Amino acid sequence: MADPRGFMKSPRRVAERRPVGERIHDWNEVYPGGVGKALLPIITEQAGRCMDCGIPFCHQGCPLGNLIPEWNDLVWRDDWADAIDRLHATNNFPEFTGRLCPAPCETACVVGINREPVTIKNVEVAIIDVAWERQNVKPEAPEWLTGKTVAVVGSGPAGLAAAQQLTRAGHTVAVYERDDKAGGLLRYGIPEFKMEKVHVDRRINQMEREGTVFRTGVAVGKDITGSQLRDRYDAVVLAMGATVRRELDVPGREFAGIHQAMEYLPQANRVALGQTVEDQILATDKDVVIIGGGDTGADCLGTAIRQGARSVTSLEIMPRPSDERPSAHPWPTYPMVYRVASAHEEGGERVYSVSTKEFVGEDGNVSGLRLVEVEFKDGRFSEVPGSEQVIPAQLVLLAMGFTGPETDGIVAQLGVELDERGNIARDSTYMSNVDGVFVAGDAGRGQSLIVWAIAEGRAAAAGVDGFLSGSTNLPYPIPPTARPLMV
Amino acid sequence: MLSPHQVRPTEGLYDPQNEHDACGVAFVATLTGQASNDIVVKGLTALRNLDHRGAVGAEENTGDGAGILLQTPDRFLREVAGVDLPPVGEYAAGMAFLPLDPAEAESARQKLEGIAAEEGLRVLGWREVPVNPDILGSMARQVLPSFALMFVAAASGNLAGIELDRLAFALRKRSEHELGVYFPSLSSRTLVYKGMLTTDQLDNFFPDLRDDRLESALAIVHSRFSTNTFPSWSLAHPFRFVAHNGEINTARGNRNWMRAREATLASSLIPGDLNRLFPICDPHGSDTASFDEVLELLHLGGRSLPHAVMMMIPEAWENNDVMDPARRAFYEFHATVMEPWDGPAAVCFTDGTQIGAVLDRNGLRPGRFWITEDGLVVLASEAGVLDLDPKTITRKGRLEPGKMFLIDLDERRVIEDDEIKSGLAGEQPYEDWLYSGLVRFEDLPDLEHIVHTHASVTRRQQVFGYTEEELRILIAPIARTGAEALGSMGTDTPIAGISDRPRLIFDYFSQMFAQVTNPPLDAIREEVVTSLAGTIGPEGNLLEPSPASCRMLQLPFPVIDNDELAKIRHMNRDGDMPGFAIHIVRGLYDVHGGGVALKAKLDEICADVSQAVENGARIILLSDRHSNADLAPIPSLLLTGAVHHHMVREKLRSQAGLLVEAGDVREVHHVALLIGYGATAVNPYLALETAEDLAREQVYVEGVEPRNAVRNLVKGLGKGVLKVMSKIGISTVASYTGAQIFDCVGLSQDVIDAYFTGTSSPLGGVGLDVIAQEVAARHAKAYPTQGISSDRRHLEVGGEYQWRREGPEHLFDPETVFRLQHSTRTGRYDIFKQYTSRVDDQSERLMTLRGLFDFKKGLRAPISIDEVEPVSEIVKRFSTGAMSYGSISEEAHTTLAIAMNRLGAKSNTGEGGEDAERLYDPERRSSIKQVASGRFGVTSEYLTNSDDIQIKMAQGAKPGEGGQLPGQKVHPWVAKTRHSTPGVGLISPPPHHDIYSIEDLKQLIHDLKNANPQARIHVKLVSEVGVGTVAAGVAKAKSDVVLISGHDGGTGASPLTSLKHAGGPWELGLAETQQTLLLNGLRDRIVVQTDGQLKTGRDVIIAALLGAEEYGFATAPLVVSGCIMMRVCHLDTCPVGVATQNKELRAKFSGKAEYVVNFFEFIAQEVRELLAELGFRSLDEAIGHAELLDTRAAIEHWKAGGLDLSPIFHVPDVAETLNTSGARHCTTTQDHGLADALDNELIALAADALERGEPVRAQLEIRNVNRTVGTMLGHEVTKRYRAEGLPENTIDLIFLGSAGQSFGAFVPRGITLRLEGDANDYVAKGLSGGRVIVRPPREAQFTAEAQIVAGNVIGFGATAGEIYLRGKVGERFCVRNSGATAVVEGVGDHACEYMTGGRVVILGRTGRNVAAGMSGGTAYVLDLDESLVNREMVELRPVEGEVADMLRSMVQKHFEETGSAVAEQLLGAWEQSVTRFTEIMPTNYRLILEAQQQAAAEGLSEEETTARMMEVAARG
Repeated sequence: MADPRGFMKSPRRVAERRPVGERIHDWNEVYPGGVGKALLPIITEQAGRCMDCGIPFCHQGCPLGNLIPEWNDLVWRDDWADAIDRLHATNNFPEFTGRLCPAPCETACVVGINREPVTIKNVEVAIIDVAWERQNVKPEAPEWLTGKTVAVVGSGPAGLAAAQQLTRAGHTVAVYERDDKAGGLLRYGIPEFKMEKVHVDRRINQMEREGTVFRTGVAVGKDITGSQLRDRYDAVVLAMGATVRRELDVPGREFAGIHQAMEYLPQANRVALGQTVEDQILATDKDVVIIGGGDTGADCLGTAIRQGARSVTSLEIMPRPSDERPSAHPWPTYPMVYRVASAHEEGGERVYSVSTKEFVGEDGNVSGLRLVEVEFKDGRFSEVPGSEQVIPAQLVLLAMGFTGPETDGIVAQLGVELDERGNIARDSTYMSNVDGVFVAGDAGRGQSLIVWAIAEGRAAAAGVDGFLSGSTNLPYPIPPTARPLMV
Repeated sequence: MLSPHQVRPTEGLYDPQNEHDACGVAFVATLTGQASNDIVVKGLTALRNLDHRGAVGAEENTGDGAGILLQTPDRFLREVAGVDLPPVGEYAAGMAFLPLDPAEAESARQKLEGIAAEEGLRVLGWREVPVNPDILGSMARQVLPSFALMFVAAASGNLAGIELDRLAFALRKRSEHELGVYFPSLSSRTLVYKGMLTTDQLDNFFPDLRDDRLESALAIVHSRFSTNTFPSWSLAHPFRFVAHNGEINTARGNRNWMRAREATLASSLIPGDLNRLFPICDPHGSDTASFDEVLELLHLGGRSLPHAVMMMIPEAWENNDVMDPARRAFYEFHATVMEPWDGPAAVCFTDGTQIGAVLDRNGLRPGRFWITEDGLVVLASEAGVLDLDPKTITRKGRLEPGKMFLIDLDERRVIEDDEIKSGLAGEQPYEDWLYSGLVRFEDLPDLEHIVHTHASVTRRQQVFGYTEEELRILIAPIARTGAEALGSMGTDTPIAGISDRPRLIFDYFSQMFAQVTNPPLDAIREEVVTSLAGTIGPEGNLLEPSPASCRMLQLPFPVIDNDELAKIRHMNRDGDMPGFAIHIVRGLYDVHGGGVALKAKLDEICADVSQAVENGARIILLSDRHSNADLAPIPSLLLTGAVHHHMVREKLRSQAGLLVEAGDVREVHHVALLIGYGATAVNPYLALETAEDLAREQVYVEGVEPRNAVRNLVKGLGKGVLKVMSKIGISTVASYTGAQIFDCVGLSQDVIDAYFTGTSSPLGGVGLDVIAQEVAARHAKAYPTQGISSDRRHLEVGGEYQWRREGPEHLFDPETVFRLQHSTRTGRYDIFKQYTSRVDDQSERLMTLRGLFDFKKGLRAPISIDEVEPVSEIVKRFSTGAMSYGSISEEAHTTLAIAMNRLGAKSNTGEGGEDAERLYDPERRSSIKQVASGRFGVTSEYLTNSDDIQIKMAQGAKPGEGGQLPGQKVHPWVAKTRHSTPGVGLISPPPHHDIYSIEDLKQLIHDLKNANPQARIHVKLVSEVGVGTVAAGVAKAKSDVVLISGHDGGTGASPLTSLKHAGGPWELGLAETQQTLLLNGLRDRIVVQTDGQLKTGRDVIIAALLGAEEYGFATAPLVVSGCIMMRVCHLDTCPVGVATQNKELRAKFSGKAEYVVNFFEFIAQEVRELLAELGFRSLDEAIGHAELLDTRAAIEHWKAGGLDLSPIFHVPDVAETLNTSGARHCTTTQDHGLADALDNELIALAADALERGEPVRAQLEIRNVNRTVGTMLGHEVTKRYRAEGLPENTIDLIFLGSAGQSFGAFVPRGITLRLEGDANDYVAKGLSGGRVIVRPPREAQFTAEAQIVAGNVIGFGATAGEIYLRGKVGERFCVRNSGATAVVEGVGDHACEYMTGGRVVILGRTGRNVAAGMSGGTAYVLDLDESLVNREMVELRPVEGEVADMLRSMVQKHFEETGSAVAEQLLGAWEQSVTRFTEIMPTNYRLILEAQQQAAAEGLSEEETTARMMEVAARG
């Protein structure tokens, strides 16, 4: 095991980000040379803080079931080759999760009961970055093919994970993506400064060399119908995400300058990658208001700052979370606490307990928002009388989350049933009511985290493999009903 | 009617095979050789004085057995027989146990006469033996036979003595086998009277014994204490040649070996074909019966009785370098002929002319003897069995380990051990025989070592189902250090029988261990008595030994590496060593053929082995190498069991040795099983290759040469086996081989009968088909059907020792820990129910046996919960587990105590005493005080302030093992409560050194009851097959409470083998206990408690229905207090401050008494809900209603489906067995017999001292039946004056005579006991400040220092006070003394063992192994023979300076108190005398004391001083 007294000897440390003044002038990752490299000087000691618990709650906190104590130990022993092996055993894409995951493993870490938890996510990303650096990540093509074919609809983390698992199990897999490049939200939803796209490219490249076929620019449901898909493949995996965005139906929504975050961010990301976008939505020299205080909101914030916004205000209807874990979210559950993303360090103002009453406009363009303060009591919001104010805004970005999968198109064509929340229903093998049609990721679960998406993709692959082969050796990290531990 | 030697049949979980006994034994003989009635009378008197060593069950008038063996009383027989008898010696007489029905008896007689005629004997006549059945209890009467003396003589010629006895032997054997008629004896030389009687009843029942015409020159008597009350008439001792006090642990193996040897048995002395006499060992006999049967065979087959006894119970010769080479050769030769019959034993034996006694190699039974001027010799389990005039005693002695005491009545003298043994050793040129016959390993040529590639190792690891965890946790630590890793917090994964995962067949078996009926051994500190050596090769005719008998290969170690195995394979490559011709069995089968193919292959292999042996194979090698995609390895244990038992059945086993080359073996348990089921040696090739591979790849095994990693693993596995053996008290691997000391849960009876014959598997379970399925599942991992291994795991992750998502289920997982903590911390019962439902609902994930249970609803009408007794009543039945202050933090310990005190429930101190501050604090005290083998902190004050006293016989996580607290963990506050020195390591021995048998436990219970008559005495046992019979023994030993712990209980530190593989689930042990107690009519007098991973209200109800009335919880309340199952208690890094002494970590402790109170109230609430559902108003009503339990119907499990749980739910019909109340729970109390105690008189005498502190003086007579004298008086002193006691000598008493056991136990300051006479074992145990002085009677003529004055284990666990003994004493003097001063004039083996403090002066010879495990205190020995010292921890120095002065004053005091001549002489020339002394002092102890003195000299504070001491300890 790792150093038995490491947690007593060493405090928690994280990698240092580049100075704000430097990093807001480029699109590169906020860590010098990438996070993995930035972590190298401290990560051995940090991995040594792992206590090798009798019950590693981190391992439960992570839907993937990452073998965290094992690879912490290996890093501590400087055995990077085995560490990536152990990491890849449960996680196809640690470079994604290592950058993007909010790390429920860390809030479940036992050290965290009365100290600062182990920097598990940092160890993870260090392992995979070192592995790429040392060329320890190689295509793992199957030695034997089953002759069975599978279509995966959607190339986000769930689809990619399912595709990689199935390809390696000997099936022939085609991944359909309506965008020009594979990756889903990873590609155009996540800003470069959080994860440079080279990481996605490397993975896609690895998968292609393993035999996965990518059919990009093909919109399933339009360019190819559900029945065509079923005819052509022995099994279909629907992994097209929950892309229906939550709307804000208040007066003035029709003004120009009010955009969904997912309209704004992909454009910015394309530009950052050197593509040109016509009529790009830009924050430059504007007062920008972002509605929604989550990760997408933070992505919009960092992007707007890099575009040279005059001011950026993030609005959140909920009160400001406490800095400490609240009693309603006891260890090891994932708590609502005040978190500071890298973008938050870069500027902008975070306003809590406010609700937008209407958009104010000039000449058809948005010019401001009328806000009211709200109180959250007994599960309900109530407006604070006399607290209305108008703030200026020339660009408003809605980052309020997603409500579920798109249900016209392929869903309707295949006739798959939805559950009571509008997600695609599936059984314990991730199969929908339509024989041979499987569902993985947000399309079945609803909006969730990237780790859940990968876990679903892996588990669904086991379902598909079992369906095609009669039995399966593929791992099945979670059933579709699994949910985070809560009170 | 049950026939007299029938035993009670199996019922429910009760199995008569599990009975144990222990006893009192004595003999009386006269060196004049003159037969007289006086010897008979003396024998019977001695027997009556051993009464307290025997036992009675529910009926006062049914004894466990008593008997007497005499020389054939010729004069008496001639006068009463009514038969014309030939001269003495030319007729044999013996009592037949015949059917009670006259017609049946007559028919039996006629048949006997027929057999007699066939055997060349003529029946001279019969005599009805008068008996007095009216005095018997109903149980004894139920199985009463009729008794007839039979007289026979040779049909032709005048055969006499042993020659006639050989014919009588044939008659007797055939009579037993063919007619079922039992003869206690049938001999021309001796006659036995015995039966299911108490000692008092024996001569009442057989009026013959009161006839003064009955004459003998010797008498052996025996009083039996059986754990059960179903003894039978035939199982009473003496047998034909022996009476035995103890237990042969290896009997099952010994019987199997005898059976195997029958094929080669031939004798020119015993006429006819021996086949008609087989089996030699009656499979239903007791261990002693079998021993006697083999001894008889060896004796009649031509060996003298001493010779045969020496073969069967050899002394510990293996590690004795100073033994005479000829004698060593004798033993080594005989080791190739027969394995030792191993176990604690004091055996008295006689053939009518020679009479003797011998003690096993460990000396774990007491034996004392006296010889008087007129030639009377008395030998007995204890001193004082006969009143002998001290003036006439010329010699007093004791039996010594492995030594023989022998009297020859023809030669009219004592033959000393040396003389007997050198005589026998010289009979044959054994050294020459060995030189030419025995091949030694080191003489074989070296071969090239083969290195296996990483890929090849990995592939085969997959085949055998290795996990990553096993590499990391099992193999790597041993490969690194040569020792097994430790774990903590017990086990909470499913047992193999219900595990959803493919498990190795090894996992279905668990190791048995010693508790109560015999002691475990300390294989580390007492290594001198152990041996791991064996031999392999064919055996010759046992009855006609020759140089060829030892044509064998000697194996120094039971685990061999690949190179060594290759050497053996090559031995006969050229055909020039046909004695070592090897036959290799390929243990592979067609994996696609399932169970059918597996069975067929096993049958084929067995046939093949028979053929091979016939063709001359002399070594059979079972190998599972070379599996491939189609052929999977047969589990090595199955293969070994199959072949071994086949060879035993076919009587081939002794003709060839058995080696196993197995890939599935990777931990100690596996090796132990293979040896236990018949393998002579094991080559765990894949584990060894794995260790080599890990070392080469530098994974988990860094910085160790691959070669050394292999050596370490070999050594670690072998030493681990030794430890497993020692847990059941077996010292030599030769006798462990084939001894089958395991029980099984989850294998079907078919599998057991075919391959593991004789093993207990009470619940049935899976057959070969499932075993094959399990093999196939592992095999598919290495050879996937699609040719692709797609899960990216080279090996499975594992998860047995630490929870893993993809591993086996654990009762405590993240969710249960979280919900339990959150609910009890917030007081939310709704969340608590989520916790319990996750634990209880095992419909989809089987975890425990009780998970398979269901309640039978509808048998009783549910009632309203309002009618059920309140929570406040239920919680009183709860207790927390015995966790010592030292293993858990003060914060955690106190939190539990406060909570339990608030609830009116009980917390437990654990081993390690209790701080005086808490002792008297009603809020923080623990009401249960534990007494464990180390006796740390056990003082008169501690015991006086208890409500309950718990004797820990075993602990679930590591039954049969001791423990060790390393010096750096003995923090000052821990040291204080343990009465030890900070920084000085403390060892808890595996056995309680005052409990080697059930009668010793009875004695300790009596001692503790005396130390606090108000306290309830508990005995804590661990579930294993047979625990019910032990519990019955415990009830008969007068315990108030018996606790049955599950195997899965937590612990601070335990070797992983024990954590996982020893002991059984409490459901089984509890049910067996309840059933056995009911069958015995003992249930109503004892409270039954259970513990072991109890977690929910449902668990409590199930325990109640199975018979428990009190319930212990340990892990769950700890989790409530913040424990998150780190399982690092042994590392002192507990991050939540529960199991640590580290101050920084303790500050993180977050538990509160309120949370623990919530927990127990929630549990009680759930109990109420279930009681209401089941229709009970209280727990009392529910206890024992196992008929309300059923097997859960809905479960369809690929493995658990085969289990039959009905034996657990069995409720015996008690009405038919006994006239008892039939109560299913405790309704009355034990009679501890304190009213008769001498102490009542002492307390009355000492009234002035007790009330006013005035001096009291008195003189009294004392006898051996006065046990535990002074202890109750001490309790009265402590009650009034606490730890300080009274001023020295305030109560000063003189006793004249022989004191019984435990003289002066726990006596506090202010009491002085002076004994003039002699004393038995356990003098001054737990001495707490008092003074005990023993000297011979003033009128004695003998030289005091040459004679024995007191017995074994003196001063055990003493914390303060003084002991002066004028004369020699027995084994283990001052064992675990931590503060007393003692002076003695000679000691036996293992003196000062485990001592942690105090001062000992030995003015005479010592035995072997002085100062083993001694971590503190000092000893001063006169003329020390340094070779006898165990130097592991101590150093030897001359006595000088201040120390010399102190020594002088001790010797001076000894002289003053005892009038010692030795002391007087030494003092007379002190300057010279002092140079003859050697100081024995533990090195670390010295360093720590020096640091302390240094600090004192520097004027440092107390805290700084202890800091210095701890620093030294840490450097340790």
